[in-house]
Amino acid sequence: MSTLIEVTNLQKSYWRNNIEIPVLNKLNLGVESGEFLALMGPSGSGKTTLLNLIAGIDRPTEGKITIDGSDIAKMSESNLAKWRSANIGFIFQFYNLIPVLTAYENVELPLLLTKLKKDERKKHVETALTIVGLGDRMHHSPKQLSGGQEQRVAIARAIVTDPLILVADEPTGDLDKNSATEILNLMEKLNKEYKKTIVMVTHDPHAAERAGRILHLEKGELVKETV
Amino acid sequence: MKILKIMFKNSMRHKLRTSLTILGISVAVIAFIVMRSIVSAWDVGVEAAAADRVIVRNSVSFIFPIPYAYKDKLEKIDGVKRVTWANWFGGVYKEKENFFGRLAVDHNTFLDVYPEFLITPDEKKMFMDDIQSCIIGEATANQFNIKKGDIVTLQGDIYPGNWDFKVAAVYKPRDKITDATGMYFRWDYLNERLEKESPDRANDAGWYVLQVNDPKQIAAISQKVDNYFKNSAAATKTESERAFNQGFISSSSAILTAMNVVSFVIIGIIMLVLGNTMIMSARERTREYSVLKTLGFSGKHLTGLILGESLLISLIGGTVGLLLGEMVVTGLGQVVPKTIFPLLEVTTLNIILAMVAALLTGFIASIFPIHKAVNTKIVDGFRFVG
Repeated sequence: MSTLIEVTNLQKSYWRNNIEIPVLNKLNLGVESGEFLALMGPSGSGKTTLLNLIAGIDRPTEGKITIDGSDIAKMSESNLAKWRSANIGFIFQFYNLIPVLTAYENVELPLLLTKLKKDERKKHVETALTIVGLGDRMHHSPKQLSGGQEQRVAIARAIVTDPLILVADEPTGDLDKNSATEILNLMEKLNKEYKKTIVMVTHDPHAAERAGRILHLEKGELVKETV
Repeated sequence: MKILKIMFKNSMRHKLRTSLTILGISVAVIAFIVMRSIVSAWDVGVEAAAADRVIVRNSVSFIFPIPYAYKDKLEKIDGVKRVTWANWFGGVYKEKENFFGRLAVDHNTFLDVYPEFLITPDEKKMFMDDIQSCIIGEATANQFNIKKGDIVTLQGDIYPGNWDFKVAAVYKPRDKITDATGMYFRWDYLNERLEKESPDRANDAGWYVLQVNDPKQIAAISQKVDNYFKNSAAATKTESERAFNQGFISSSSAILTAMNVVSFVIIGIIMLVLGNTMIMSARERTREYSVLKTLGFSGKHLTGLILGESLLISLIGGTVGLLLGEMVVTGLGQVVPKTIFPLLEVTTLNIILAMVAALLTGFIASIFPIHKAVNTKIVDGFRFVG
């Protein structure tokens, strides 16, 4: 396997009332292509910040993030937006579906940025929803779905563009045990069957167990690695 | 199409709020259209002025006459094609509130200088042959059920006594902006009676109307006329018919300016209402905008979505307001006598102004929400609690 994500001397600080709050401190990390990585740690340890930086939705204060050969820290906002749409699938803790759109339309959203025609988009959306087991709920609105089903729609939205990496921020954090298990099974399937590289932040040790490698963060530093 | 669908669905998230905003825009556009139509109706007299007509009046005031003897001198001025004259008669037709313009005119020249009043050759002959004849605009004739051949009696106030006129013709206006409310009778009928009853008031014209060969020469001709009568018993003030008509409505200019200002202030207020709606909507969707940005939507995409939604609301409100405004103006046009507003209609200019104002409202109302949505960092958007 080759290194897909390479994080070098990564630093991230936030400023509040002119006071610098360091979050990540000279962090180095490599993620192989096809790997399922879990990031764990207490609140404020910097795991979500690291995930956001890898996903290109936040900018590092210092350091380098190279993904598939591209230094995303140096990209302009518009290039970064294009890069995200092609390479990243984001799964949120609270699903973040657009409430006025159906499951189908939510999954179709990222495809509206591509040059795909309507019937091609339809094929992709139907495939993604079938993979997550919601082929029969395409035209339901988020209000008509359970939490687990909403998260599956969010996963379909994340995979519909066939991105290089799936990043998941506490994907089971808002779900009951059964729904959480279903989501983790699905993520495992995406990793094993579809060879998706997954970086997942979680507090839940059971969720982390599904990953091939677990990194523990504390105060912005990697403190432990479990394989 | 998909983006339009999203815009529409977004705008319908809070149906009551959006409906009230659309209603607000509609009411503003109705008020705008009605006020602008009244202002435009006021200007119809100015618009109807002919380019080749010049009005000569007493320099002291319009109410003071000019000697009839000036006619021959005016006819001899270079560039003057025809001379006609008229006197404001006033008077009462049945009731004081039955107002329409009544003028004594020179029957030999009037219809040549005012070709916009259309009557048949037979009717013209009747007007020429009978000294007591008159012609009446079709709007007034319809309003008071006056027909050709009827006898119309006016009770004189400026010229006391009862005055009977035989209707030789109900004239049709040449176009929409021609006044169809006037009553014109023969000046010689007035003058003959004045010679008998008040000779000191006879042989005067209220004003002269010169038809010129070349409208470009109006300024020079006007100056020539005024210079000619400068040291006469009645000095003159000469100006184009357009300027003369404008002078008539200038007395109402403060009201018209106020109406104009208020019509635009209403648009300004509704701009704030729509702006508030858009700010609330964008604030509620801060997280969603972060989601869209995470998916790869750029600032341009968000700008399109927010601007499109704002324009959609303002367009619906503007269109509804325009349709209802047109109905209100048409209704007013039927209820208000033509003698007050001869032409009350929604002009193309006012339609354009109303739609531009509505769309501009949508555009301006979206600026702040767009700025906020585009410039909020993705991670800050996810942390936002609305």
